[in-house]
Amino acid sequence: MQWTDYISPLMQGAWVTVQLTVFSTILGAVLAFVFGIGKLSSNWAFRAISVAYIEVFRGTSLLVQLFWLYFALPLAGTAMGIDLRLPPVLAGVLALGLNIGAYGAEVVRGAIAAVHQDQHEAARALNFSARQTLWGIVIPQAIPEMMPSFGNLAVQNLKDTALVSLISLGDLTFRAEQIRNFTQDSTTIYSMLLVMYFGMALVLTAIMRGLERYATRWRTARS
Amino acid sequence: MLFGFEWDLSSPLAFALSILPILLIGMWVTIQAAVLGFAVALVLGLVWAVLKAARSRFIAWPASVVTEFIRDTPLLVQLFFLYYVLPEYGIVLPAFMTGALALGIQYSAYTSEVYRAGLEAVAKDQHEAARALNLSAARTFTHIVVPQAVPRIVPAMGNYLVSIMKDVPVLSVVTVLEMLNVAKIVGDRTFDYLVPLSMVGGLYLIMTLVASAGVRLLDGWLPKQGIPLK
Repeated sequence: MQWTDYISPLMQGAWVTVQLTVFSTILGAVLAFVFGIGKLSSNWAFRAISVAYIEVFRGTSLLVQLFWLYFALPLAGTAMGIDLRLPPVLAGVLALGLNIGAYGAEVVRGAIAAVHQDQHEAARALNFSARQTLWGIVIPQAIPEMMPSFGNLAVQNLKDTALVSLISLGDLTFRAEQIRNFTQDSTTIYSMLLVMYFGMALVLTAIMRGLERYATRWRTARS
Repeated sequence: MLFGFEWDLSSPLAFALSILPILLIGMWVTIQAAVLGFAVALVLGLVWAVLKAARSRFIAWPASVVTEFIRDTPLLVQLFFLYYVLPEYGIVLPAFMTGALALGIQYSAYTSEVYRAGLEAVAKDQHEAARALNLSAARTFTHIVVPQAVPRIVPAMGNYLVSIMKDVPVLSVVTVLEMLNVAKIVGDRTFDYLVPLSMVGGLYLIMTLVASAGVRLLDGWLPKQGIPLK
């Protein structure tokens, strides 16, 4: 087999990796906002849940989380009499999303906390409700602060998708492993694999830069 | 039985207690791998930082490309690369060493940025003042730049040590018997994954909380303005 023969199976794997990255990043972004705002909430129960979520998922290893969801959760389900067997795709997206969401939540919290106190006072003076202040005033100003960190986290997430190959999900790394087991041509395959991940990371970085510009357009439009 | 410890499957609690020593042996391997990887990252990161700060573009530019490449590719793939490709060129390392090297290489890309930021944070007028006082370049570096840069660098490095710890389970794919791998073996043999994997999660939480508290303590203890000179 020539190295060109590896391209088509690797591309199939790359497509799985892309899908995993997209879905888990979206899930992570949603969780990041829910729990990042939750950590600043005045409701103590919501705050406690958010802190627990962030600490648990930032404090343990992603691979441990992935194995727990895939191997241990079904047994917990059996003990409770419910079927919690997750297909590898779902376990993968959940683990990646939950993990990156916890890191994102800290970013969201930090960005919201960094919005100047005067803005809150001005909003109150204008008789805005708490909800209007949050969504209409604080968040639009906080999002540009979050974007650079979100860009890093998205690339982090892309790299982390390689771990799902360990629960037999046919992503890019899994395909490469299959080819290597078959051909023993380690140098070529792993070099191609590294270059493909690098290429995907560059594209993802460019996309996140684009999003960043889109999110900060109101700043440049005014001046 | 693993490492000479029998497990007791009579109840979940008895099972958890009986495998605790086994997991602690795994944890010790995890800590060793993390510390060794961190040491590699500290040294290699400094090399990258120096190369990237080089005046010649022919040195600085390739160094930035290499670190960017390291940063943007998964640890798992880098580990596979080192584990399967190095022996083809006659470099045969034990799995544990390969793993620690992979961790160190991956994190060197991050630590090089910490060094760069720490050194650049020393204000420009400090350099000018040192020059005005006729200090040599070497003396400026050791007595002016380093004492001010270290308090900025140390906490960030500590956070990367915690991150490395959380990446050690990846080494299980090349047969390193760290904590997660040990728990997985216990699960494979007893058909009970819930207890061992949950325990690994709990032990990880304790490890990272303790390590983070240590980093915060160190951060509070370091003088913010710089280490005073004798």
